[in-house]
Order: sequence, then structure tokens, then C-alpha cells
Amino acid sequence: MTDPQTPVLETRNICKSFDALKASQDISLDLRAGEIHALIGPNGAGKSTLIAQIAGGLKPDSGTVHLNGRDVTALPTAKRAQLGLGRTFQVSALAMEDTVLQNAVLGALGAQGRPFRLFRSALADARLREVAEQALERVGLQDHARTRTSELSHGQRRQLEVAVALTLDPKAFVMDEPMAGLGASGSKALTGFLDSLREQAPILMVEHDMDAVFALADRISVLVYGQIIATGSVADIRANPEVRSAYLGEDA
Amino acid sequence: MTRETLINSALALALLLVPLWAYSADEPFIITLATKVAILALAGVGLNIALGLGGLVSLGHAAFFGIGGYAMGILASHAQSYTAITDWPLLIEGTKSMPVIWLVAVVASGITALLIGALSLRTSGVYFIMITLAFGQMLYYFAISWAAYGGEDGLSIYVRNGFPGLNTLDPIQFFAITFVLLLAALLFAARLANSPFGLALNAARQSPQRVETIGLSPYRLRLVAFVISGMITGLAGALFADLNRFVSPTMFSWQTSGEIMVFIILGGTARLFGPVAGAALFIILEHILGGLSEFWHIYLGVLLLLVVLFAKGGVIGTLAGQDKAHD
Amino acid sequence: MSLILLAEQVLNGLQFGIMLFLMAAGLTLVFGVMGLINLAHGSLFMIGAFAAAAVAGATGSFLLALIAALAAAAAAGALVEVLVIRRLYARDHLDQVLATFALILIFSESTRWLFGSFPLFLNIPETLSGPVTLPGGIQYSLYRLTLIAIGLAVAFGLFLLISRTRLGIRIRAGESDREMIAALGVDISKLYTIVFALGAALAGLAGALVGAIQSVQVGMGEPVLILAFVVIVIGGIGSIKGALVGAILVGLTDTLGKLLLPLFFGLFMDNASATSTGSALASMSIYILMAIVLVMKPSGLYGARA
Repeated sequence: MTDPQTPVLETRNICKSFDALKASQDISLDLRAGEIHALIGPNGAGKSTLIAQIAGGLKPDSGTVHLNGRDVTALPTAKRAQLGLGRTFQVSALAMEDTVLQNAVLGALGAQGRPFRLFRSALADARLREVAEQALERVGLQDHARTRTSELSHGQRRQLEVAVALTLDPKAFVMDEPMAGLGASGSKALTGFLDSLREQAPILMVEHDMDAVFALADRISVLVYGQIIATGSVADIRANPEVRSAYLGEDA
Repeated sequence: MTRETLINSALALALLLVPLWAYSADEPFIITLATKVAILALAGVGLNIALGLGGLVSLGHAAFFGIGGYAMGILASHAQSYTAITDWPLLIEGTKSMPVIWLVAVVASGITALLIGALSLRTSGVYFIMITLAFGQMLYYFAISWAAYGGEDGLSIYVRNGFPGLNTLDPIQFFAITFVLLLAALLFAARLANSPFGLALNAARQSPQRVETIGLSPYRLRLVAFVISGMITGLAGALFADLNRFVSPTMFSWQTSGEIMVFIILGGTARLFGPVAGAALFIILEHILGGLSEFWHIYLGVLLLLVVLFAKGGVIGTLAGQDKAHD
Repeated sequence: MSLILLAEQVLNGLQFGIMLFLMAAGLTLVFGVMGLINLAHGSLFMIGAFAAAAVAGATGSFLLALIAALAAAAAAGALVEVLVIRRLYARDHLDQVLATFALILIFSESTRWLFGSFPLFLNIPETLSGPVTLPGGIQYSLYRLTLIAIGLAVAFGLFLLISRTRLGIRIRAGESDREMIAALGVDISKLYTIVFALGAALAGLAGALVGAIQSVQVGMGEPVLILAFVVIVIGGIGSIKGALVGAILVGLTDTLGKLLLPLFFGLFMDNASATSTGSALASMSIYILMAIVLVMKPSGLYGARA
């Protein structure tokens, strides 16, 4: 285990521009063991750009990204995943034609890191299957293992996203709007589940659902026009006048 | 047994029984047609691994078909003229042995697929289609300008190559060879689809983001699929050349690439037996319509257009219904 | 090798490149605006050439032949767009490839049925035949020079069309945001038909112009189509500028490769093997150029996506 003082996931002075648009300006952010850190901000603030730089889809113009103290800025997405970055997407990125179990087994396969076996049946592999079934059970999808993913409800797809991330046994989760499109009850159920998940690995979460954010987050960072204008506890952020005028004032 | 399995078995059985009947009725031409179906289906099985499983729309698989053909042509032409292919740095001579020719065809098309794939897979979508087509065309022009091996006219091989213990000049025995190879390739493709590799490749087609997020590289998965796919199509090329006892740059032409793809679509994309159904339908149409009109490609074009626009599942999709989810 | 020969070959390469541009411009426009890959673009090239040859044969007028080529290709383009192509915009690339492959079969065999398998000939008009003397004493075909001029004029016209006219604004809007343009009240299906017919007309024009310096026959379009693909891969999809630069690069590489590579190998090989090695490599040179661009810039020289 690394030094408990070291943040699990960290960005240091990240900058990213698209032509004249400064999408990330000197962003330093950290995710510590055992916490849920919510990233909020109005649309177009640069949240997706930031997440993409953390997960590996985009390279920052300057600044670095660290996972368990290791500089991963130069590594592609797949490598970061191998090092323990579990990610879920805003728009479900699942193999829709495959079954729920196949998607989970795929995650287990990624964790195992030996995809070039051409003859054995993947679903007959006891170890892959065990990891996959455990993950499905944890999110409560065990009864849907043989359902085709495209037939799942929106909320169930969200659960499956999390299950696939769980198969990797990640050191940190990055979740892009896990509550988006869920109804009130679905959102409540997922909130309960994520609450229990932080013990396993900390979660960096982009979220618009303020009820969920205030219920879950240990810390909140507010991103406006590519800059972090405040980071603090729920109470700090609620009381912060700058945040109120720049963000909450318009929205809430 | 699902309906699709039933249809597949019926197809395999028909492909076996028709030439057997033709053998007893002394209709060697029908046996040759069945052999052609088996070989073209084999080429399609190869492409289907890239196209159906991997979603890689390669419009350049004639490259591998042609390389397989030329592997046979070059080895056999040297053997029939008793000249060495090269004597430096070591002596390499031609051969008339099918297994050796197959090995060379598979290795050569695999290496070519590795090179073409490594470059083409840097891109995706419509770029990939255009680039594979262009590389196929490059080899076509190369074959035309390669005077040592017949250039535009191609190479004739007078006697069919040999297989230990068989008389390959007997149509039914040669058919048996191609049929067994086709079945082996189908078995391989079926296992591949359910293997960890097949699962990951199939997921990379549906959601490359997902595959990256679980720590796998879509590029590598696709490259391996492309190489395997090219190797199988290359083997089919070597057999096709042996069937005709002739190779020419036509094997490399873009029409060949298009036709291999047409087999898959007529039969049903990503269906295991799609290429078999498609190649059979193609040969039957060629035989019947070709007998009616010199311009039978017009009808083929119209049929293909109708299948693409209105019957996406092809023959097998129409007969077997929706693809079921695997368990 | 004389400098005059080199200059002549450079002009040939330029002329070849400009004709490729006419093909590539339509393809890249159709892809950029509608997201469609059209293999049957080569058929439109062929239709232009056949229409020109038929009309020139009947009337003896090259100008009428050109007009016929433009009209026939544009009409054929509009017709297939309405009947087939517009059903493909929402489909994946595989369907587009197959459906347009089917169109090639239909177009090619219908043309063979109408005109037979023997090549037709389209003569260079009287006024443009024969050589002119360029500065430096270079004798060069007036007709080919005219092709370069026409091609450059078309390129200039296209730039103006795209950057200055309302149609151009709509085309550019269509490239970046289809829903937006529909929301603005532009009749999108009409715009698509116009763009497709415009691309078809350019291909038909190229077919007619090239038809006068080579034979007009079934299957003449596809080799040009594939070269146009190479041009687009090099230039970047959707970029007219990329198509122009790519086309000239390909034209020059091909023509100069055929001239220079055998000479180059002649420096250290005997004549016969230098010629065969050189010409074999020359036939691959543009594809090697494409491979190099792919390694350096996978989305092409002027491609939008990184």
C-alpha cells in the first residue's frame, strides 16, 4: 500500500485549450482514500474535458495526472485502467448486443489481461465467470445475467456500468454523471449503493443531481469556465458566496 | 438446437451431398461448382472474422486472396520449370505439394495483413475502407508489373498440385480437400467467436471506449483479428488458384474484394454460415442467370441492392430470424 | 534526361492530378456533408465519358459533348440520390459500400448492354489539338494544358461556391451540424440532392475531359475512383483544399515515379532489371505516399479529426 497521505488520484496544474477556448485552466484536484469527491459546474464548464484528461482520452497541454503517486499523464486509457482506474460513462458505453453476463465477463477479462486466447469459451472460464457474477450480484443484476444489454432499463445499464468497473477491482472510480436519466427511486437506490462503495475505492464523480451530491460527497469542487473556483465540504460550498453567484444562484 | 444451427447443418449437408450425387451421376462440372462454393465460402469465412466479428469493413481482402494465389503460382511454376526461386542467401526451390503451398500462402498473407492492418487500423470508419481498398489496388498493379511471374497475363500451372495419399486431379477428391478445410475454418471461427478474444473483439466493435476502459487495446485486438482473417482468405486464394490451375492479377482486383464481401452480405453478416450460404447463392445465380443473359451482373446488382435496403439479415437472417443473445 | 522531358512530365502529372481533383472533390463533399461513402462515383465518371463520346459522335461538337456529359452525370446522380442513396445516409458504412457496389454492377453492365464492350473514342477538338510552345521552348499538348486550366478554374469556382454563396453556407452548416440546418428551415433533402448532383457533374466532367485522351470504356471509372480515395486519405476527408493538394501530390508522384524510378535504379543495375524494378516500384509509389501520410497524420494533411 502506498503512503496514506498520497492522494489516490490527483491532477496537478492541468491546462487544456481548444483554439481560443480554455477548457481547463491550471486545475489541481485530488481524490483521497475513502472519500467521494463531487465535481460540479454549469454546462460547458469543462467537466467532460477534465474527466477525459484524467481517464486518458485527452492529453493535457501542460500539467500532470497521478494515480497512486505514479505519473500516468503519458499513458493511454487502457494502461490507466490496468493500473486501477475504474470508469463509468455518462452515456452507457456497453456492448449492447451482448448479454449482461458477457459485459461483466469482458470486464473480468480486462482485469485478467489475457485477451488473446482464441479457443476456450470465455463464459466457460470459471475464474472469469466468478468475478463477473460477483460483480453483478453486488449491483443486484444477478437475475438479469442472461438478458441482452439493449433490453435493460436505463437504471439497470447504470448498474451494469458500475458492475463492469467493479470487475477490475479498481483503486479509484471516475464516474461521469452516474445519476443522469434515472428516476427518483433509481437515483435513490444508486445513491445508497455508491455510499457503500467508497470504502472499497474512492470515487471522483461528476454529477448534476444536487440531492445526490449533497447526500454523498465528502468534498465538492466547483468548476466554472475551466477553473476550480472552490473546493470544500458540502457546508463550505453551500456557504461560499462566489459559488452561489457563479453557479448555484443561477441554477437552484 | 436453434433454428440457425439447423439451417447451418442443412447447408453443410447440402454442400456435401450435391457433389456426391454429381459424382454418382458423373457430372464433374457440378462437382467443380461445389468446389468453387467451398473455396469462395472459405475466403468469406476469413473476411467475416474481420467484418462480422470485428466490424472492420475491409474492401481489400483481394490482397490476401491474391497473395495466396500467387504463393501457389510462384512455388508451382518453379517446380514445373525445375528452376530455383532463389539461390541466395539460401537455395529455395518450388514445390508441388499442397500442404507446403498452403503454409507459405498462410504465412505470406498473414505478414501482409500485419503490415496493411498496422497502417490501416490507425484510422477507422470510412478511411479504413478506402485505405484497405487502396492497398489491395497497390498489389494489383504490382502483380501486373511483375513480369517475372506473368505480369498482366498471369501464370498457368499445368498439373494440379499434389496432396499425400490423394489424387487431386479427381474432382471429388479435390472437393473433399476444400470441404474439409472449409469445415475446419468454420469450426475455428465458431470457437473464436466464443473465446475471450472473440468476446473482446466483438465488444471493441460495439463500444471501443468500453474495451479501453477495462484495460484492453482495441487496436491490438483488431490487428490480430485482421491477421487471422487475412490468413484464412489467403488459404482460400491458394486453393482457388489450384482449382483453376491459373493465377492472374484479377485475383487482386477490387471486384474480387467486393465479391467476397457480397458473399457475406447475401448470406447474412456475422452469421457463422453466412459466407457459405452467400457463396452458394452467388455461384447458383452466376450459373442460372449467366446462362440467361450475358449481362447477369445487372440482376446481381439489383438483388444485392434489395438485400441491403430491405433484407439486412441476408439468407440466413431471413430464414433464422433475429440473432439470439448468447448465453 | 533532358530538362524539357522533365518539365513535360511535371505538366502531365499536374494534369493528371487536376483530373483526380475533379473526382475527389465530389467524393469528399458528399462524404463531408452527408457522411456517405460512394463507390459508384466512378460510374458517374464513366457516364460522363460515354455521354460525351455519344454526343460528339452524333453532332461533332466537343462543347455539346461536354454539356451532355455534365447533364447526364448530374441527372444520373440526382436520380440515384433520390431512388437509392438517400436511404443510405442513416445506414452504416458497410451498407453504403454494398449498395453503391451494387450500383456499380448495375451501371457498368447497363452501359455494356447499351454501348457494347468495345471502347469508344472521343476526339480532341480541332482547335485544341496539336502542341503549343511554352516559355523555355517546351512543346506541350494544348489540350492537356486546357485541362489544367479548366480544372483550376473549377477548383477556384468551388472555393468561391463554398465560401461565398448561400449554397456554400448551407453546405458548410450541413457538415458541422445536420439538425441545426434542418432547424433553420433549409430543405435538407433538396440540399443533399443538389450536393450529390454537383459531385456527380464534376465526375462526369472529368470523365468527358479524360475520355478524349484515353479510350472510353466500361470499367474506366473504378481505377480513377480508387486513386481519388488515395487523394482523400492524403488530403483529409471533407476538405476541398486537402483534395486539391492531395490530387496534385498523387498526380506528380505517379507521373514522376514512372519517369525517375527506372532511371534511378539504372544507376546501379543493368537496364532490363532497372526498368522492371523501377516500374514495379513506380506502380506502388502513390500507395507508399499514402502510407507515409498515414503514419505521420492519420487523418490526412487537412483532416479535421485528430
